[in-house]
Amino acid sequence: MLGYIVRRLLAALLVVIITSMAVFALFYKAIPNPAGPVCAAQGRCTADRLALIEESMGLNEPITTQYGKFVKGVFVGRDVPFGSSTYECDAPCFGISYGTRQPVTDQLVKAYPATLTLALGGATIYLTFGVTLGVLAARARGTIWDRGLVGFSLVISSIPYYLFALLAWIFLTLRTNIFPDTEYQPITQGVLPWIGAMLLPWLVLGIAQSTQYARFSRGEMLETLGEDYIRSASAKGVPRNKVIFKHALRAAIVPVVTIFGLDFAALLAGTVFTEKIFGIDGVGLLALDSVIETPMDLPVINATVMLAAAMVVLANLVVDILYGYLDPRVRIG
Amino acid sequence: MTDLSTTPSLDDGAETSTTPYLEVNTLTVRFPTHDGLVQAVTDLSYSVQRGQTLGIVGESGSGKSVSSMAILGLHDLRSTRLEGSIKVGGQEIIGAGQSIMRPIRGADVAMIFQDPLTALHPFFSIGAQIIEAYRIHHKVSKSTAKKKAIEMLDLVGIPQARSRVDDYPHQFSGGMRQRAMIAMALVNDPKLLIADEPTTALDVTVQAQILDLLQELQREFNSAIIMITHDLGVVAEMADEVLVMYGGRAVENGPTREILTHPEMPYTWGLLSSVPDVSADTDARLIPIPGNPPSLLNPPTGCAFHPRCTHVDKVPGELCANQLPELLPGSHGTGHTKRCHLSNPEEIYAMEILPAIAPDRLPGTGDPVEGVAGTTTEEGR
Repeated sequence: MLGYIVRRLLAALLVVIITSMAVFALFYKAIPNPAGPVCAAQGRCTADRLALIEESMGLNEPITTQYGKFVKGVFVGRDVPFGSSTYECDAPCFGISYGTRQPVTDQLVKAYPATLTLALGGATIYLTFGVTLGVLAARARGTIWDRGLVGFSLVISSIPYYLFALLAWIFLTLRTNIFPDTEYQPITQGVLPWIGAMLLPWLVLGIAQSTQYARFSRGEMLETLGEDYIRSASAKGVPRNKVIFKHALRAAIVPVVTIFGLDFAALLAGTVFTEKIFGIDGVGLLALDSVIETPMDLPVINATVMLAAAMVVLANLVVDILYGYLDPRVRIG
Repeated sequence: MTDLSTTPSLDDGAETSTTPYLEVNTLTVRFPTHDGLVQAVTDLSYSVQRGQTLGIVGESGSGKSVSSMAILGLHDLRSTRLEGSIKVGGQEIIGAGQSIMRPIRGADVAMIFQDPLTALHPFFSIGAQIIEAYRIHHKVSKSTAKKKAIEMLDLVGIPQARSRVDDYPHQFSGGMRQRAMIAMALVNDPKLLIADEPTTALDVTVQAQILDLLQELQREFNSAIIMITHDLGVVAEMADEVLVMYGGRAVENGPTREILTHPEMPYTWGLLSSVPDVSADTDARLIPIPGNPPSLLNPPTGCAFHPRCTHVDKVPGELCANQLPELLPGSHGTGHTKRCHLSNPEEIYAMEILPAIAPDRLPGTGDPVEGVAGTTTEEGR
């Protein structure tokens, strides 16, 4: 088992490295003239000044050299020349933000607790709520409850998420003040303010996603309930509820876990809409700002995309290891 | 409608009582669908005594499994219409609630399914599944139940049962899985065991072992067994009585030896003609039944078998197509009934069927049962 995990970790690391190369090449090579906006932001941009800035940022060096410097920064830190000054950037260094002139790592570390809090709360709600509803709907298959739930979940799903979140914020915070403010408060400032400020974003994220989980787990449950081993359990005299919640759910939960792992990874990489609408200073908002601001904040974009890639790879690994515990047929000896 | 309990069985031992443990009477099972009413089982009657084995034979979709699922009340009542009567140990099953059914399921009546890989839960260990079956009907601790599970696995011939009890179904071979399934079915000493094609998914050598095991266990527990199969070899080996089903109805039934030596219904002939016999002359022909099993949505008029029957022209008029034959005794006493309009089936069988399927085993040249079914019978027990 340990050997398997080590092997998988190494493979995951390789994927992250390759992704980082691709992302690096994509952003530093494909976007023409990244120094231009930096130059323009400093006033009149002459060709000489532009060349100077390009040289100071190291943009005229070959891409491999730039990548090499970037990797060196990640592991041991480096000094980043920027315009007329040089910034110190400790490991793990993902560069200096063009906008704030802060190390990107510091910005990520500062933004991460909010994203993590949002992801954990939202995922807990949509997983428990969604799966419970899905199982109950499967249990009541064909009844008015089942149809009502499926219909309701389709309605929620067909509302674009940004609209759903925006409406929730307008009606529940702006108009009625039921959820007074939705800014992120660190948990160190008390558990109640932490929960209070995040409750609406959690609910919005949780409910919007739970409909998909309800339908998915309902489908998985119905499929499982048609399996021979469910009939065997009934034939043994196992009571109906135990057949559903023990025998059927045990099997139906496995694919749900797979989907959940990937969804959760996406949440950990930042939720742009939720963070923007509810004013939560998380990674999603950081990424969004780095894209829409001028000059385009390449080091921040680069770092957030790599973070997202790393999260997805990690989530895949965790799901695969979990699989071994959930399904004895893939248990690794 | 017949009652097998009154038929003289060839090996009616002293240990079997005369009241049947299971009595199915005019059972009809229908499934309403968007396309219409599926008539899965129509007007089916049979009974089984403890210690006896009834073989139910027929093609896929003939209603074999559906009728036996009804005995355990396993049909979803929202999508199934059940009529008639099923009595298990005197208790009426049709219309009985969960509180009546639950103590019967797995305890009085247990079931073995065709494919033990899909019939066992892939995520629970073999032991856990047997333990669960035992503890539903016995208020005992987990460790007591585990001892019982090991004992049962040992009984059905699983080597090193003590360590293998914690294995998962995928770690067992096909034959072992079926043994485990049997152990699970027998853990509560059921009075009736329904084996739904228990050997279909197994290879032939394992098949024989499983059948032997079932017979041994039947002697030990004095259970009644319903053996659902499409394999006449299995029937010849196991069954005291045979019920042949076609299109949801009984078309022929009687003592096994009778049915295998003097079949009187063309569908049964067809089944016999499609059984390969390893010891037979190479001139012996395998004759498949032409056509496909009938639609249960729009069953053929008259005799359901008439569109595939090659003997229709031997019956005067359009009788086969227009009138459903009654299930009536033929020329071999009341114990052997058949649903067919033919007036001289025995003659046709001897003249046309037997020479084609077993040219070397014409009457007088050998044991016709062996010749026909390809398996030795052990009806002396």
